[in-house]
Amino acid sequence: MLNKSATDTQVTHLQRLWLYALCTLVIFFLIIPTLLVIPMSFSDSRYLSFPPESWSLRWYRAYFSSAEWLQATAVSFKVAFLTMILATTTGTLASYGLHTTRARMGKYMMVLLTMPMIIPVILLAVGIFLTFAPVGLNSTIAGLVLAHTVLAIPLVMITVTAGLKNFDINQEMVARSMGASRPWAFLTVTLPQIRNSVLSGALLAFIISLDEVVIALLIAGGDKATLTRRMFLALRDEIDPTIAAISTLLIVFSVVMLALSQFLQSKK
Amino acid sequence: MTITEHTTPEPPMNKRALEKQARAQQRNELSLSLPAFILVGSLVLVPIGWLFWLSIYGSDGFTAENYVRLLHPSYKKTLITTFELAFLVTGLCILLGYPLAYLASQLKPRMASLVLLCVLFPFWTSLLVRTYAWLVLLQRRGVINTWLMDMGLIDAPLKLVHNFTGTTIGMVHIMLPFFILPLYASMKTVDLSLMKAASNLGASPVKAFWQVYVPLTLSGLGAGVILVFVLSLGFYVTPALLGGGRVMMWAMQIERSMAVYADWGAASALGVVLLVMTLGILWAFARLTGALSSVEGK
Repeated sequence: MLNKSATDTQVTHLQRLWLYALCTLVIFFLIIPTLLVIPMSFSDSRYLSFPPESWSLRWYRAYFSSAEWLQATAVSFKVAFLTMILATTTGTLASYGLHTTRARMGKYMMVLLTMPMIIPVILLAVGIFLTFAPVGLNSTIAGLVLAHTVLAIPLVMITVTAGLKNFDINQEMVARSMGASRPWAFLTVTLPQIRNSVLSGALLAFIISLDEVVIALLIAGGDKATLTRRMFLALRDEIDPTIAAISTLLIVFSVVMLALSQFLQSKK
Repeated sequence: MTITEHTTPEPPMNKRALEKQARAQQRNELSLSLPAFILVGSLVLVPIGWLFWLSIYGSDGFTAENYVRLLHPSYKKTLITTFELAFLVTGLCILLGYPLAYLASQLKPRMASLVLLCVLFPFWTSLLVRTYAWLVLLQRRGVINTWLMDMGLIDAPLKLVHNFTGTTIGMVHIMLPFFILPLYASMKTVDLSLMKAASNLGASPVKAFWQVYVPLTLSGLGAGVILVFVLSLGFYVTPALLGGGRVMMWAMQIERSMAVYADWGAASALGVVLLVMTLGILWAFARLTGALSSVEGK
């Protein structure tokens, strides 16, 4: 088995055993550190160790009995949900318009709308802080939603445009030639067929908003602090084991989201 | 035949009407992107223009003072640290990511999707959670130090975090998926019979790899390298936490100028420099790949 050729250049499995070993190590490096947080969050001591010397739900109790952490969680999920709605609608509309139009402006518009992806987030954050200050949007839910939406629009647009490229737009033309208005044709013919791309985009928008730290750090103060902002500030001062419990909950959440997105992709 | 000829409008008039209609339709379609444009325009383009203005316009007119100040040794040190870290992280990503992408691209579909899932998992997990994991693992009384001491490999705990080492480890972990995914995609398109041909023509496996395989994956490698490098240049969260204040990155300098010193001149000048560096690198890369693909005759 080991002496069988593994590549087109007759390298045997034995000869590239080092490659398998290296890749296994890299995969461990990618996933083990994050996963170790899970058992450690059930530890009883202030100094998280692995394996924990004694088990308890102490840090979960600490999380669920802290008004501050719970409030931050509520803010985060609220913002993420609203961001998802706003980014998915505006992003999908824009993708559809720019995909179907033959106007030359369309191409430039696409580049412009994906700009937030290549500009360093710290710069976006400073700029948004500056813009929000005179209109009083700093430290508000609305401000956070607007800022996160801008961050999510490029990803929604990339996902939805990819979906539109696989869709034959002539189907919509047929519906329109048979008397359907354009919005109606879009809603009943096009949208159902690009549904999975739109949903994938929505998931991405939600996760982006939930994970975002830098913008929240600059513009979300007071009782509108997001979960990530609170976590970041807590980590900068000292390592509070409550964060291990929160991290475990977030890991479980992201695994669910990843599974959902894989499911959507497999149905495409 | 004659009837239809009579009922159709004059050709020039018809053409004009159609053009008018087409223009109206284009306008309608473009206007669908208006809500997104208003958001991005007012929260990204205008503020960045404003930052640029703040960096060149002081209390007494136009000034280059904010940029001259960036020549101060402390800023130079930040710049050097930022580039050092970005180069180191990119190099380590190549070293760790290229072999994994290479192997994954040749595995059977089931195994390959399992490996990809392992690459995607950190991608979907919160950045903060992953940084926190490293903080816990690498700290003085953390898991890695405890294990190493239990095994008798070291006597005193190593300083693994709140310094350059910890920052590098954390950053490589964050950046690796960004590097592997585009590379994997480009490796999937490589025609492996070319390797067979090279082998047939007498190339050793090592030579075939370096002279045939690697050049074919250069565009994917380039995309991964640029992505990681550019993201590293502007990175904030991981260096701020794992560096423990000892590793000062460009992005942290911006935040500090703004939040601690409320020095908008410095913050905006730092921001403009970061933006110019980022866009410059991306532009150069786009030009380079354009030149490459024209050489390759694609």
